[in-house]
Amino acid sequence: MADPLIRAEALVKRFQTGGGLLARPRAMLAVRGVSMAIGKGEVVGVVGESGCGKSTLARLILRLIEPTSGTIHFDGQDLTKLSRGDMRRMRRRMAMVFQDPYSSLDPRFTVAEVLAEPFRVQGEEPPAGRIAELLGQVGLSERLSASYPHQMSGGQRQRIGIARALAQAPDFIVLDEPTASLDVSIQAQIIALLSELRRELGLTYLFISHDLGLVRYFCDRVVVMYLGAVVEVLPKADAPARHPYTAALMDSTFAPDPGQRKTLRAIEGEIPSAFDLPKGCAFAARCPRASDRCRAENPELSATDHPVACFHPL
Amino acid sequence: MLLSVENLGVRIGKVEPLSSLSFTLDRGEILGLVGESGSGKSLTAMAVTGLLPLIGGRIAEGAVMFDGTDLSKLPEDRLRPYRGKRIALVTQNPMTALDPVQRIGDQVDIMARLHLGLDAKAARARTVELLTRLRIPEAVTVCDAYPHQLSGGMKQRIVIAMALAAEPDLIVADEPTTALDVTVQAQIIHILGELVRERGLALMLITHDMGVVAQVCDKVAVLYAGRLAETRAVGPLFASPHHPYTTALIDCIPREGMARGSLTGIPGLVPSVMSYPSGCRFHPRCPRADATCERTIPETRTLPDGGIVSCHHPLGGDHG
Repeated sequence: MADPLIRAEALVKRFQTGGGLLARPRAMLAVRGVSMAIGKGEVVGVVGESGCGKSTLARLILRLIEPTSGTIHFDGQDLTKLSRGDMRRMRRRMAMVFQDPYSSLDPRFTVAEVLAEPFRVQGEEPPAGRIAELLGQVGLSERLSASYPHQMSGGQRQRIGIARALAQAPDFIVLDEPTASLDVSIQAQIIALLSELRRELGLTYLFISHDLGLVRYFCDRVVVMYLGAVVEVLPKADAPARHPYTAALMDSTFAPDPGQRKTLRAIEGEIPSAFDLPKGCAFAARCPRASDRCRAENPELSATDHPVACFHPL
Repeated sequence: MLLSVENLGVRIGKVEPLSSLSFTLDRGEILGLVGESGSGKSLTAMAVTGLLPLIGGRIAEGAVMFDGTDLSKLPEDRLRPYRGKRIALVTQNPMTALDPVQRIGDQVDIMARLHLGLDAKAARARTVELLTRLRIPEAVTVCDAYPHQLSGGMKQRIVIAMALAAEPDLIVADEPTTALDVTVQAQIIHILGELVRERGLALMLITHDMGVVAQVCDKVAVLYAGRLAETRAVGPLFASPHHPYTTALIDCIPREGMARGSLTGIPGLVPSVMSYPSGCRFHPRCPRADATCERTIPETRTLPDGGIVSCHHPLGGDHG
């Protein structure tokens, strides 16, 4: 990629818990050395199950939390080296849409106040007409600007969350499961809106989801994470899975067609605890292809057109 | 027929959130009950399990025929031999369905002790057997654990074990996998399917996910705003949906190789029970609606394949 907008290098995030009077502190690696680049105008999906580190990765990339190690370059500048003031100015260019439109909007703010806040954080007031324009961009009527979140449906609230992200005309938006708490009918509306906004405004998205079907529909490339590490990058949304975990995710995604029923080779077991990572490949205990080598050594992500971290790829 | 819901109407106070609902379900079958939030799926589950009084509701018309008995006419004390014993409920959130301060084994044992009259030892033996059948590793150890020590997928299996413990004929599962990760969802759906086939259970599976329906159900009832839109066998329903709402719901799920931009969703919202539209309740969101749809409630028509559809302008032939 000639000129990526985002370049994350070897990001690591370690969280520590416990450490009371009697309990020994326990550390977990939420993100274990993730590198990725996102080109201008690209939509990159990050998919994985709960606890795989996808939301932590998103927060690291926006520097909402500090990495334990590693760097993030945004349009050539190293975010981890920016001062607070420079970082705040840089924040105009990036935004986030959160999963739950019920808890991510302040219940005491009207819609107009929610949309004015990104300006106030920067010490400004929204330009005249900007709020109406934002509401128009997300397909809502200007009349809603005096409403409170509890007066709106989930889909309307999520549109407000998107309008808030658009407020400062950013280049890059992280979409953290933006449709996970919505009905499928509303999910499809929101995805259509996001596609349209991207086309019109030339946005770059990082789309985080647990729904591989949705990610493959919406994204140009797909990063698959398992227990804090990238296990595969699908170079195109319709590329076949090479990592057994990606294959398992695909098998768990049901098509709306009874003629395409999956014979479930249902992977057994569940995701191990991030506090107690196994030696070797983190997926080995659930993997039908695992060998002794997988249980002893950790496979690296290959440096190919279709990167995969597996000793026995499909 | 094990379960036959006939012209069911539910009232809560002054409103009637569910009207003229009919469908059937037999042993060894899985019925998918689908629709958006607010379409009446969970109310149907509560009507079938006799739990409407909990939310101040009641069955105002129609019948819930279960193995020859109309449950809607039974007083509470005569419902008890059915509920939990012959009809079991699996709820959406396994985190809240289990008692946090009771050990897993005790919570499952109680079902067999209460409903089958087994003593403590026999009940525990059954529990261990059930947990093993649900592929819970080290079932004996798990019996001594508390819910917080188990993962979400494990807890949902415990809830399913509780439902199975009294050997029910019918399981009503209300979004049993919505709170779970996709690989765990696939395991649970797989297990439920196996149980239905091998034990001749009937399963009423409530879901909003047409992918899950296509994967595991034998027949489907599509609800919209408290009315039945369409009910068919799963094959014909997906091959040639007759109700425009069914088509719209199917088209909300991304398919392999679908072109970007072709997923548009359903415009508008499910109306609230306080403001159900006149005529066909789907008409404000329907691409085929005309003046008739605004005025007149469509009659339910029985199709040659035995399905039922309720639409003035049904789609025929091929999907689309």
